[in-house]
Amino acid sequence: MAAYPAWDDDNARLIIAGLAHLEGATLPILHALQDEFGYVDPKAVPLIAEALNLSRADVHGTISFYHDFRTAPPPRRIVKLCRSEACQALGCETLVQELAREHGIVVDEHGGPDKAVVETVYCLGNCALGPSALVEGELIGRVDADRVAALCGARQ
Amino acid sequence: MSATVRIYVPIDAAALSVGADAVAQAIAREAQARGIAIELIRNGSRGMLWLEPLVEVETPEGRIAYGPVAAKDVPSLYEADFQSGGAHALLLGKTDELDWLKRQQRLTFERVGVTDPLSLADYRAHDGLKGLEKALSLSGAEIVEEVKASGLRGRGGAGFPTGIKWKTVHDARATQKYIVCNADEGDSGTFADRMLMEGDPFLLIEGMAIAAIAVGATKGYIYLRSEYPHAHKALQRAILKARNAGLLGPSVLGSGKAFELEVRLGAGAYICGEETSLLESLEGNRAIVRAKPPIPALQGLFGKPTIVNNVLSFAAVPWILTHGAKAYADYGMGRSRGTLPVQLGGNVKRGGLIELAFGISLREIIEGMGGGTLSGRPIRAVQVGGPLGAYLTAKQLDTLMDYEALAGIKAMLGHGGIVVFDDSVDMARQARFAFEFCAKESCGKCTPCRIGATRGVELVDRIIAGTERPKNLAVLRDLNKLMTDASLCAMGGLTPMPVMSALDHFFEDFDRPPAPELPLAAE
Repeated sequence: MAAYPAWDDDNARLIIAGLAHLEGATLPILHALQDEFGYVDPKAVPLIAEALNLSRADVHGTISFYHDFRTAPPPRRIVKLCRSEACQALGCETLVQELAREHGIVVDEHGGPDKAVVETVYCLGNCALGPSALVEGELIGRVDADRVAALCGARQ
Repeated sequence: MSATVRIYVPIDAAALSVGADAVAQAIAREAQARGIAIELIRNGSRGMLWLEPLVEVETPEGRIAYGPVAAKDVPSLYEADFQSGGAHALLLGKTDELDWLKRQQRLTFERVGVTDPLSLADYRAHDGLKGLEKALSLSGAEIVEEVKASGLRGRGGAGFPTGIKWKTVHDARATQKYIVCNADEGDSGTFADRMLMEGDPFLLIEGMAIAAIAVGATKGYIYLRSEYPHAHKALQRAILKARNAGLLGPSVLGSGKAFELEVRLGAGAYICGEETSLLESLEGNRAIVRAKPPIPALQGLFGKPTIVNNVLSFAAVPWILTHGAKAYADYGMGRSRGTLPVQLGGNVKRGGLIELAFGISLREIIEGMGGGTLSGRPIRAVQVGGPLGAYLTAKQLDTLMDYEALAGIKAMLGHGGIVVFDDSVDMARQARFAFEFCAKESCGKCTPCRIGATRGVELVDRIIAGTERPKNLAVLRDLNKLMTDASLCAMGGLTPMPVMSALDHFFEDFDRPPAPELPLAAE
């Protein structure tokens, strides 16, 4: 599990300055901030706006549009579970029900920074070996509820 | 002392998802313990995903395959002398002679699984860069003419003729032009872009460089979805190597023509697969769909003429330049020329990547190559072309894989993904999901899509619950017509396709006695 440093305006400014020269720099900056701190603090909005000569509304609008960007510190661990058609055909919805029933894990329910979260995603590109999950950059095929629960480190 | 043995263990994300790294480590560890000299190559996947991790050994007779290999099988493989192709329960035979591969016509995927994806020397040794070298000997107009003559149509889903798009950008006058690769492969059931980017990234780079040379663009972007961390790594490394080797940079292969390439990550928005919304995202904005015209070929990225093509469209071009437009156009049928990398997934016994000329039937793919369902139950529905594609019945499987043939039965080929469902599927729930997905992923610009999707979820819920079914069914059909006719882009315009196909072909699922408990409320 990745441990992130606390938000730091000066460090954020450095990251922004390092990428501000790119064409369409907003997304690369947001990704870099989230990689560093685990989330994009709302304090980043004026910093990015100033560096890129955008309005704060533009920057806020971009951050809020995309599912990936978090504006609060991340949970302890994120297990992304694919719930699109190919994984549905292999029972991912039954898996979701089992997770709730057998393991007390409700998908997409956040329980604070020290809890793991199972998040819905749509397609991880592993459609012949589903159901699939992505945990900290690692793709896992043919998962079942027990495996997902184990990935969360949840007590059964 | 015997010579070094070459052993291949895929680094493709699908292979990794079932333990390829552990297998590779076990093979290296055992080799060391046994004092056997091996060279471990991490190749792309051959596309026989049910056999992953598929381990191959190079022998004088050719490459021999074993699979699916688990780490615990490795000691017994050495005991069976697999490094010389020895007999073992997991022995599959010579890779090139495996029926599943032999039946394919691999043009775009000819190197995937064969070579080391990040070795430029290996790429060259397998005919890589010949297309670009050819392109550099032609004028821009000649390259465009070649692509046009090949009959190549955009592999992203819309099937627009690639050569015509290139010609528009070629003929446009501007100080700056861009090449943009749409690698936002968000459709469920599709993974060919991912496999290609992980298994042969130089091919995509070469295809984009050819496009740049053809139209006079100097800057390119690959817009990659963030759900593909492995492809991201592969592309970044490949671009670095390509730049160091002079394949990218101020003078492509010493031609004096510049082309710079960068990978940009998306951020989990399905709509970015739509080209204008992708361009907005690249510019740093909310990915709101643009109205067309102006078309991106004339006013695309930052308002400049831009080629936006799918990964597989660019990746088809080097082969076309190397072997000639006619050789490519000789494959296929009707107005669908060349080959199509089909992706077979969902509830299927033998899923994976199948590259074939257009014109094979769905049944040959699903039953012949795929072996039917994984669960062993009868096939009930097949979704072709991603979440916006139609659901077909088992009776419609004799339809041919061809843009026009599928359009003729109110379906679409899309990006070539096929998802198989067995008879446990509830098609009313699948229809509901189509709306739910659209509601979550709509960019929100046009009303039919933004509001229609949410109304659609509510309507299907009422129908499932048995509330005024005839009336709600009539409204549902009306809503579908409106979304089809009045949405700005394919997201809202095609969401009715899975819904209507479910309704038309599987009406019994909308006509069951309501379940005792109510379904979940709409979003």
